[in-house]
Amino acid sequence: MSEPTKATPAAAGRAATKKELPEHFKAYKHVWVFIEQERGQVHPVSWELMGAGRKLADKLKVDLAAVVIGPPGEAVQHAAAESFCYGADLAYIVADAVLMDYRNEAYTKALTDTVNTFKPEILLLGATTLGRDLAGSVATTLLTGLTADCTELDVDADGSLAATRPTFGGSLLCTIYTLNYRPQMATVRPRVMPMPDRVEKPATRIIEHKLGLVEEDIVTKILSFIPDRDSAKSNLAYADIVVAGGLGLGSPENFQLVKGLAAVLGAEFGCSRPLVQKGWVTSDRQIGQTGKTIRPKLYIAAGISGAIQHRVGVEGADLIVAINTDKNAPIFDFAHVGIVTDAIRLLPALTEAFRARLSPHSRDRIAS
Amino acid sequence: MHIVVCIKQVPDSAQIRVHPVTNTIMRQGVPTIINPYDLFALEAALQLRDKFGGEVTVLTMGPPSAEDSLRRALTYGADRAVLLTDRFFAGADTLATTYALATAIRKISETFGAPDIVFTGKQTIDGDTAQVGPGIAKRLGLLQLTYVARINEVDPAARTIEAERRSEGGVQVLKTRLPCLVTMLEATNEIRRGGMADALRAARAQIVTWSAKDAGVEDISKCGLKGSPTIVKRVFAPSARAEKAVFVDFSNKPPAEALIEELFKRQPKLEAELISSAHGF
Repeated sequence: MSEPTKATPAAAGRAATKKELPEHFKAYKHVWVFIEQERGQVHPVSWELMGAGRKLADKLKVDLAAVVIGPPGEAVQHAAAESFCYGADLAYIVADAVLMDYRNEAYTKALTDTVNTFKPEILLLGATTLGRDLAGSVATTLLTGLTADCTELDVDADGSLAATRPTFGGSLLCTIYTLNYRPQMATVRPRVMPMPDRVEKPATRIIEHKLGLVEEDIVTKILSFIPDRDSAKSNLAYADIVVAGGLGLGSPENFQLVKGLAAVLGAEFGCSRPLVQKGWVTSDRQIGQTGKTIRPKLYIAAGISGAIQHRVGVEGADLIVAINTDKNAPIFDFAHVGIVTDAIRLLPALTEAFRARLSPHSRDRIAS
Repeated sequence: MHIVVCIKQVPDSAQIRVHPVTNTIMRQGVPTIINPYDLFALEAALQLRDKFGGEVTVLTMGPPSAEDSLRRALTYGADRAVLLTDRFFAGADTLATTYALATAIRKISETFGAPDIVFTGKQTIDGDTAQVGPGIAKRLGLLQLTYVARINEVDPAARTIEAERRSEGGVQVLKTRLPCLVTMLEATNEIRRGGMADALRAARAQIVTWSAKDAGVEDISKCGLKGSPTIVKRVFAPSARAEKAVFVDFSNKPPAEALIEELFKRQPKLEAELISSAHGF
């Protein structure tokens, strides 16, 4: 990503930067999505990217391809077949025993070789730990541009990828182009793009590509994998209901009020960036540009002012409820429902009111 | 053991202000800091040096004022600081940045000895891309370990390193060969305070300052704006949502009741969904 500070003063001149795609890049066509699968599970961000990729491919009138990399067997075949249900026109598979678990060396070679052989114009990856590790290596190997953590992808009139991302911790947005290099690469964080509907479709065109590596070629060895304990796992990004707190709570003790409401609603809890910086809450609970992006049906923000860095992480929520004492707080610019009051007083009352409403007794009432 | 730590001087993001008309970052008077993620890399490097002996070289690319951050790194206990500064580097995206840094690391290798490990932070707080570490590794042909939560063991004689790497849903325990590049995860250690001796040494230290030419850059067109495949075409503030929040009126009932009623009125299905969510089915 170019540094916007340096680019901004020259924006007028830069906007004139011409597209002069070298001849050897003109054969690059089609949109690809890297399908991230580990231990037999496809990361949902891959399907979210298929939805975004489908739109780009339709606009460009080209194919959308899924690229699945992993060990030979059921999981990889299934992921490739599944990609057709999320909009793929074709799928590439690189399957080899050395691709059993993610290792940078082998996956970089697999993806780089596939790109060099089949020449896509756009390559999208999820901005997960795996996707970021891989994308950085692949883009450097291919000497092309890579735009990280995009929040919007589009193609402009001349068919170039316009990748928009927040910058400076989300104080501004910038639109970045890779005009004269191919493929145009971008990563997108989980939950930023909506999950497309799954439509049953037959797997038609699957192209297998050989890796050409043996285990002895790969220096890095995996000694073990320690799965996270269930209790440590948070499903924040994919939760249907999220309750979060910010500096307006005043003290780490008051954060319990957020957890209390979350418990009654069967929700996940989260927080804004300052609470992580103050050490009140652990970083895996942070919501926003540098934390998790969420798309719940209901989001309740208590004592959060609503800096842009927070806003970009919650805008996909169906219903945003903001509780804040300051009626001019920026959060009321993007919340749907606001209530101007002190979250410290409202949260316990809200918890009790929801508890009463949501008791098994009220469930019968709804059923009848 | 020779360890190179790449750091970046960044504006203290909590204090960034955006000009309301021109949408440019107002840098004047904004204090600069070492990218906070880089401090975990620096501390990890210092711990390895303390254990095995050797030197820690900190490297940054930036304007001449980035010297402040290098001196700061010396007060924490780094042994040597290299500043890569040249107008040719201005406007670099991540690809052009990794070209310059990789070139400088080769020069460091020739001048002060080959590094066993190159450290970077997980990402910066201004760019947030996490691409520079992997890019440097690729350009130097180093093996890479990103998002490292813990370095379990380094064996300088056998030339191996074993580390725990954060991945989706768990931790990979990896073993690889030196030299390698490590990007450290946040909250994995705490930067030391540094002693009085370090502070005195840092104040007097000569910062090694290299231009593109000094660092051995052969192709200036691979640096800075010219060497950047990405182009920032537009910088803008997010547009406001068309309609603002509807404020709940609680003048004649308890606020909690008023709020819940408003929610269920807007989303009639919500109540049933909340009941099923609250009862786990």
